[in-house]
Amino acid sequence: MSEFKANLDIRHRAGHIWRNIFRASTVFGILALIVLLLNIANSAFGYVAIENDINPADLAINSIPIEQLHQVDLVWILEQNVSAGLFRRLESEMPWEERAREEIYDLVVERVVNPQVVHTWPLGGSLFHRAEIQAEVAAKFPGATLEFRSWLTGDFLTTPQSPEADRAGVRTAILGSGWTIAITILFAFPLGVGAAIYLEEYASDNRLNRVIQTNINNLAGVPSIIYGMLGLAIFVRALEPFTSGAIFGAVDDTATASGRTIISAGMTLGLLILPLIIINAQEAIKAVSNSLRQASYGMGATRWQTVWHHVLPNAISGILTGTILAISRAIGETAPLVVVGASTFITFDPEGPFSKFTTLPIQIYQWTARPQAEFRNIAAAAILVLLAMLLSMNAAAVVLRNRYNRKI
Amino acid sequence: MRIERIFADKNKKRKIRVDPLNLCHPRSNHAQSKRELIMTNNNYAIEARGLNIYYDDFLAVRDVNLKIEARKITAIIGPSGCGKSTMLRAFNRMNELVPSAWAKGEVLYHGENIYAPDVDPVEVRRRIGMVFQKPNPFPKSIYENVAWGARINGYRGNMDELVEQSLRGAAIWDEVKDKLDQSGLSLSGGQQQRLCIARTIAIKPDIILMDEPASALDPIATLKIEELMHELSKEFTIIVVTHNMQQAARVSDFTAFFNLGEDRAGVLEEYDKTNKLFTNPAKQTTEDYITGRFG
Amino acid sequence: MTQQIEIPSPSTTTIEAGYNRTNDLRKRRRLGETVIQTLLFLAGGISILTTVGIVYELSKESVHFLSQVSLIEFFTHAKWNPQLGNFGILPLLNATLMTSTTAMLVALPMGLSIAIYLSEYATPKASSILKPILEVLAGIPTVVYGYFALTFMTPLLRSVLGKDVVEIYNTASAGIVIGILIIPMVSSMSEDALSAVPRALREASYGLGATKLETAIKVVLPAAISGIVAAFIVAISRAIGETMIVAIAAGAGPNLTFNPFLPAETMTGHIVRISGGDLSYNSIDYNSIFAIGLFLFFITLSLNIISQRVVRRFREVYE
Ligand SMILES: Nc1ncnc2c1ncn2[C@@H]1O[C@H](COP(=O)(O)OP(=O)(O)O)[C@@H](O)[C@H]1O
Ligand SMILES: [Mg+2]
Repeated sequence: MSEFKANLDIRHRAGHIWRNIFRASTVFGILALIVLLLNIANSAFGYVAIENDINPADLAINSIPIEQLHQVDLVWILEQNVSAGLFRRLESEMPWEERAREEIYDLVVERVVNPQVVHTWPLGGSLFHRAEIQAEVAAKFPGATLEFRSWLTGDFLTTPQSPEADRAGVRTAILGSGWTIAITILFAFPLGVGAAIYLEEYASDNRLNRVIQTNINNLAGVPSIIYGMLGLAIFVRALEPFTSGAIFGAVDDTATASGRTIISAGMTLGLLILPLIIINAQEAIKAVSNSLRQASYGMGATRWQTVWHHVLPNAISGILTGTILAISRAIGETAPLVVVGASTFITFDPEGPFSKFTTLPIQIYQWTARPQAEFRNIAAAAILVLLAMLLSMNAAAVVLRNRYNRKI
Repeated sequence: MRIERIFADKNKKRKIRVDPLNLCHPRSNHAQSKRELIMTNNNYAIEARGLNIYYDDFLAVRDVNLKIEARKITAIIGPSGCGKSTMLRAFNRMNELVPSAWAKGEVLYHGENIYAPDVDPVEVRRRIGMVFQKPNPFPKSIYENVAWGARINGYRGNMDELVEQSLRGAAIWDEVKDKLDQSGLSLSGGQQQRLCIARTIAIKPDIILMDEPASALDPIATLKIEELMHELSKEFTIIVVTHNMQQAARVSDFTAFFNLGEDRAGVLEEYDKTNKLFTNPAKQTTEDYITGRFG
Repeated sequence: MTQQIEIPSPSTTTIEAGYNRTNDLRKRRRLGETVIQTLLFLAGGISILTTVGIVYELSKESVHFLSQVSLIEFFTHAKWNPQLGNFGILPLLNATLMTSTTAMLVALPMGLSIAIYLSEYATPKASSILKPILEVLAGIPTVVYGYFALTFMTPLLRSVLGKDVVEIYNTASAGIVIGILIIPMVSSMSEDALSAVPRALREASYGLGATKLETAIKVVLPAAISGIVAAFIVAISRAIGETMIVAIAAGAGPNLTFNPFLPAETMTGHIVRISGGDLSYNSIDYNSIFAIGLFLFFITLSLNIISQRVVRRFREVYE
């Protein structure tokens, strides 16, 4: 009897240990998420040491600081401190009299003061080791000032790309992502919902339709980079006259026309998420009660009348939920767009489907790949922007799903 | 009694025909249907001839020959699973919505076989409407529920008038006239079923098929449906499936009794005027069934 | 008779005036219907075209490639060095296997443990909170994971194991982070499999005096094994196809090494690096990445098909 008891104890102890292991794994998963987010925040905010070419205080005229100087004085400072060639070029771009004071002030800061981030500290250190950081700045960067900076600012969202990290923004990338996703939606949503309707409402159970269904399931598991190669071969290369906009007269110089455009990127992502949209839409259509279809057919409705008036209205929120989830996958995709040929550096806003493009994830990739620390900082800031976009999309999906569930 | 003799004849014939292949021999069907013409007047709404219905290779209904009289109520009764619903749905090709279902034989409507290759099932269903076991109004307003079918059927008249007439015809107008824009799903089960009847009569079918229309309803709602059926039969031919013998006896003019055959295929055991079938059935199985000995 | 139902006699004439109907049952030509049906069919067919497009384009370029490099060299040569005309996929394949193996070493035990915890231990309320959190983990773009690998995992490894042991770019860091990325996938698919095991089986086990752990490990897990295996296979396929994490954190340049702390370029990483540059069509570089892509496509496709087979067998057992 006591032997049995001991045995039972051992069994219970094993149960206890393993239970804790299982629980620890779950905690690990959640911890990974938290660490990942903290790691990003850690780089997106923190102290920076800034060195100026010329101390702004030295530019003061009659002890009036440059912040308060008159436009004419600012122009004079510019003239004194930048090369004559640059001064003439700036003037020929737009005469000084026509420029706003703020603009000239910005030019002075940019061209004359020229503040440069010489060192950055992560958020964690900035919060907990302030004294050490100040000592370090005093020792290593005597001319520098220490400043707490959020790399994610309003300016960061609205300025275009720049080769210098502290002047770079994600405007170009956000617009590129927006355009690309718009094309993706226009391409994949009708096709995906159409295919789902076909498979659920029209297709008989024959070989061809089974092949189509199996094929869709398999496509959902193809690595995204393969779609990139497909996009490169088909949209960029084979359909170049179309995707470069040449046959629409959208490019001035057909010799330099290239298929590496927003429309190629959008359609590549469209093909990528098509299986997801189809599978999600099929689920939503399957969930529509059969009695509704029977009622409709029983009244002499045709197939399309049944689909259009009854099936779709009742499946639409499910279809939209699934589509939003698929689109948020597309927004974060990077590899296929690298292959399709996102531009590494463009500063102008995309103008339409035949523009060259970059997207937010591409931007993050390129900045992350740079060795300089400041690029890590703006990469982190760009990640925050991306995650915010995804979060709002998922919130929209949850709202839709809840409304849908309430209706049933 | 001529009817009796014909049915006796038919029964004899069944016993002889053991060869299943012979069961659906077109000539024998034809001969039989000719004789059945004697049964009553010549006013048939729809007629099944040698009809076999399958789900894949499972034979659900075997060799049915059945003539439905116009502007009468015909009840289909029988034990569960004997193919009543399958038979009913064969009359307007609703079975086709089940991918595995297929039929052999003929269903004649105005002398035309609705299973002929050039017949459009949509056209058939526009003339032969259906009311289902579970009330299934569309998740739209009451008004839309009635108007929708008429609209897709190309109705060009005054829609408000049609909706009112149909709702009156389904004896539900007084209950819903003040809330036509509310959802059809907001009504009680019995009201929903009458709404479904209203939308069916709005498309002015010849025949209304009803599959256990009251089985999901309480007794009072059931009574209303039964009275409604009686009224509707002045204008429409009604075929109603019911597992409720009292209901069949109460509302129908004719009754078709289906039973499970040897290989689980449903067969038409007996078909007669309701009075006759319930008081003096020709077959022992019928009597056993209607007296509650099985089923 | 409890209630008199008033039924007015319907005036049929006004209604019938609205319908223009004959007794003709013949098929109408419904042009709209036909057009719509055709369009819908074509929409469904696009997926076939996609597959055909993938196979065709990858094969076409691969044929060009194989006209210059023999299949034997492709699969056996130990160096990938296009400048020198060396096209052996082994270094790239090896790096892919290294990252994927590392990833599976992380994702399988973790994912399975989480699945067991969620299906056998956690209260419904707890799992209704935990599952969405894991879903968030699955929804984060891979480029963000790449950033995480480079800026967190690598420094962590370097501070634990020493900077002279662990290089800045290495396959271990990339592999671990891929593992984290696919944990939610393994856990949710495995949990589905575990939850599908009938209650009766658990009750029978408890009835025989088994503890919760014994029930979970010896009864439920074996019953769900094919679903779990399928989840593992899909996860492997996902790990092999993962691109951005390795492109960012595993290093550039093919390197045949079994040391996980050294840089090595995977197949996907190589494709991204080469195509990210100025790639001219019809060059052997261009052709070679398609050959790698074709190889990758077949590996992942086979894994997915195998996992579907396994799942199907699983369904047969329980339905
Ligand atoms: N969709 C279907 N697929 C396969 N078999 C079916 C289907 N519907 C009904 N059956 C079979 O056909 C037979 C008749 O069914 P049904 O017409 O529903 O009987 P009833 O209405 O008399 O209860 C039953 O054996 C049933 O299992
Ligand atoms: Mg039935």
